[in-house]
Amino acid sequence: MTATAPVIDIRDVTRTYGEGPPALAGVTLSVRAGEAVAVLGPSGSGKSTLLNLVAGLDRPSAGSITVDGQRVDGLSEARSAEYRRAKVGMVFQFFNLLDDLTVADNVLLPAQLAGLPRAEARERATRLLEYLRIDRHADAYPGRLSGGERQRVAVARALMNRPALLLADEPTGALDTASGDDVRELLAELNARGQTIILVTHDLGLAESCATRTVELVDGRIVRGTAGIGDIEGAAAVSP
Amino acid sequence: MSALGRVVRAGVGRRRVQTAVLVLTTLMSVTASVLAAGLLVAARAPFDHAFARQHGAHLTAQFDGTKVTAAQLTATARTSGVTATAGPFRTLSVRPRTASGSDALPAGVDLPPMTVAGRADASGRVDGLSLVSGTWATRPGQIVLAYGKVPMEPGGRLTFPDAPGSPTLTVVGVARSVTGTADAWVTPAQAGALTTPNSPSAYEMLYRFRHAGTDSQLAADRAAIRATVPKGALTGSYSYLAVKRQETANAMAFVPFLAAFGVLGLLLSVLVIGIVVSGAVGAATRRIGILKSLGFTPAQVVRAYVGQALIPAGVGCVLGLGLGNLLAVPVLGEVGTAFGGPAASIPVWVNAVVPAAALVLVAAAALVPALRAGRLRTVAAITVGRTPGVGRGRLVRRLTGRLPVPRAVSLGLANPCARPARSATTAAAVAFGAAAVTFGVGLALTLGAVQSGRMLNSAGQVVVEAGGGQGPAGAQVVHAGGESDIPKADPAKVAAVLRAQRGTGRFYGTAQAEAVASGITGTTTVVAYQGESSWGAPQLVSGRWLYGPGQAVVTTRFLKAAGLRVGDTVTLTERGRRTSVRIVGEAFFTEGEGMALLTPTSTLAALGLDAKPGQYHVQTKPGTALAPYLTSLNTALGPVGAVARANTSNASEVIATMDALVGTLTLMLVVVAGLGVLNTVVLDTRDRVHDLGVLKALGMAPRQTVTMVLTSVAGIGLLAGVAAVPAGVALHRLVTPLMGDAVGMTLPASDIAVYHAPQLALLALGGLLIAATGAFLPAGWAARSDTATALRSE
Repeated sequence: MTATAPVIDIRDVTRTYGEGPPALAGVTLSVRAGEAVAVLGPSGSGKSTLLNLVAGLDRPSAGSITVDGQRVDGLSEARSAEYRRAKVGMVFQFFNLLDDLTVADNVLLPAQLAGLPRAEARERATRLLEYLRIDRHADAYPGRLSGGERQRVAVARALMNRPALLLADEPTGALDTASGDDVRELLAELNARGQTIILVTHDLGLAESCATRTVELVDGRIVRGTAGIGDIEGAAAVSP
Repeated sequence: MSALGRVVRAGVGRRRVQTAVLVLTTLMSVTASVLAAGLLVAARAPFDHAFARQHGAHLTAQFDGTKVTAAQLTATARTSGVTATAGPFRTLSVRPRTASGSDALPAGVDLPPMTVAGRADASGRVDGLSLVSGTWATRPGQIVLAYGKVPMEPGGRLTFPDAPGSPTLTVVGVARSVTGTADAWVTPAQAGALTTPNSPSAYEMLYRFRHAGTDSQLAADRAAIRATVPKGALTGSYSYLAVKRQETANAMAFVPFLAAFGVLGLLLSVLVIGIVVSGAVGAATRRIGILKSLGFTPAQVVRAYVGQALIPAGVGCVLGLGLGNLLAVPVLGEVGTAFGGPAASIPVWVNAVVPAAALVLVAAAALVPALRAGRLRTVAAITVGRTPGVGRGRLVRRLTGRLPVPRAVSLGLANPCARPARSATTAAAVAFGAAAVTFGVGLALTLGAVQSGRMLNSAGQVVVEAGGGQGPAGAQVVHAGGESDIPKADPAKVAAVLRAQRGTGRFYGTAQAEAVASGITGTTTVVAYQGESSWGAPQLVSGRWLYGPGQAVVTTRFLKAAGLRVGDTVTLTERGRRTSVRIVGEAFFTEGEGMALLTPTSTLAALGLDAKPGQYHVQTKPGTALAPYLTSLNTALGPVGAVARANTSNASEVIATMDALVGTLTLMLVVVAGLGVLNTVVLDTRDRVHDLGVLKALGMAPRQTVTMVLTSVAGIGLLAGVAAVPAGVALHRLVTPLMGDAVGMTLPASDIAVYHAPQLALLALGGLLIAATGAFLPAGWAARSDTATALRSE
């Protein structure tokens, strides 16, 4: 991939549900490698729909989405799963950790689903947990951790397969201020290390501190967007 | 419609899978139970009614007139336990010939020997005969025929060539004796006139006893009678229980396995209904909270959930009643008409009690989870909105995570531990299904073995007909009147041809005749064997096969009917000649109602009957092509006067009906078990929909999702299957001898020991198959579920 090639190329994407107004209407957006784009907007503006489409969890009614050179708007369920394993890491507002798995097992899951050799997966998980400073909780269950710690576990899990793209849906939305700051710092640090991030949030502070560019959606349309920061030379996925 | 009614109707309509499961479950259990209970009652009722109406004889006893007098026999009425008697009636075995023609029989036809009793009137304190047509014989020259014995109407005439003066009697009536005490009746004077100087002097006495409900009570009654007459005077007897068993045998044989399926079905119903209603309550916690917040009382909530189970169960009951009654028609078809009543049908009270009991069970099964719903706290129910996670099975999940298997498999393996109660009920449902399959397969194998072993003439690939008009055992054989029997081929010549024929392995011959056997009413078909026949012998239950002259092999039914056991002696009588044979073996065959007596041909010779075989059973050498063998053999047999054909034994319709029922009920049980699994997996999938969404968001592919869901029930299915196989085998071992008992037969051990290691291994996998099949649909749903929606279902 050339330095200027976009990691995400969204063209004229529309998503409608039934007879109602479109959740997204003709959205076009490019994200270059190493960028951190914050998608802002009120509830119902189409932020989460956009994120789901990029993640391959949903399909557009019209338009095309290309991620890391791969068209993802028409993938089958199986191909979509392969795509997520290989190229996407997701962080959710409510963490979405599996309560009956330990922290380590939660983090290991994406690698195990991808069929990574056991030893390599364990080594990678250990390094991630150390990097994110939650290695002491490796054998604990998520229910015993604070919100910030849980979100760190979720970030570790999202990075496990070294994705080209990290998608974060209101990552600080369920956290107290201290924990929110912690996660904000972490995302900024990851982006500084070259991780491409799309961030959906209400939190302007988070957008300002983490994002290299912001896009605002209203009623499914991009109404405002800052200029891109240009190509980031040598951008790559985070590899702690 | 009331608010409660609307809630119930909405619940039934909304949960279509669960509703279908409840309908099918009750349909299956009610069908099997109605059939079992209905047959048990209905099959016996016509006989019981006729027996009560006609004051049937508990015991019909034959006496040797040379050893006991009529006065001594009359005195047996005072024996302890005897409540009523009829007789003594003089009896004799005679061979009539038709003297007039009818639609069924031309004139001049020699009929098989029949037992004629000299009896003054049809009524009496015991065995009151019901006249089907005509009148009773009131003077010499008249005869009354037993219904169904000789196809002749009043006005017809019979000649008795062997009697003094070859008298011709006119048929004046047709009468029915519920226990078949004779083939025909004449006046006592006529009986004396039919007696030849060579005829054995014999009497018949009919008894009713105070205690005659069981075989052992009747054996004691018989012993008491025997003790009051001179030694050896009582030559034979048969009980009404033996007759009853014989008349109701086919229908009663269905009862044990139908009862087993009925019980399995009811237990499975209770289990599945418990699962379904419990799942409905678990999945609708929020709904229950809303209902309560709207003013529903706990009792109304309980009634709503019980009602949601009772409505589909009621539909299942109605359908099950219809199906059960429909399936009973072919089974009960012949019962009833045999005793002069209408065709038997399942009694109304059975049709009322069985579904009522089923609905009570359904209500009881639904009540437990419904009470749980009623007790739910409104605030908690609305707040929670969905079944909270219980956090069980973490250790197992951790351990399975270390297994060297794909992660989807290890996640699935640990799932059952998260909800052990639900997993246990799933395992139980699968176990019932697997046990039903094991039981059903065993029954089919047993019925197959019975089918192949029940016919005496099924031995060998080739049958040579040597003439003489020999029919199958039990068939009424008639010969052209006045003429000698069609000459049979010379046995020595037939044997020589068979021995010379290339491809012949071994063979034996059989001859067939009718004779009167002591203790057996009417005539008995005697099948006589010539040559080494052990390879074609019927399956033996006890004793051994014929190995010398003067021996006999009979069935359990024959032994019970005559009150004999292996080692006892039977006296055969034909046209005044007598010979005794010792019973050396007890065999299993159903040909000729299982009442034929098997003996060497020397026995027929001793009775003055034609002992030349009319049939030869030939076993060809391995690798012999049948068609060329038959062509070549028939060419050689032509000059001898015999003809060879392929041996094609016919299949029993009763066994075919049983096979069809076993197959249907097994399939229904398996389907219900599978639906139980399906319902549980659907509940589990709903409970875990959010986790599934997370896993899919992390890259779990549809195939991996299906694998995880299937694995979550595979372990349970395998374990349940392994545990269920011994239960199914035990049930089979319990039920099959009861089926034999029901028809008065003892099944050979080889027909019961039908399971072998490879089959058992396959059957053990049946649980896995049921579980996987039941989980397949919900696994597909889980794989196709919308990830984005699932992730929002916090």
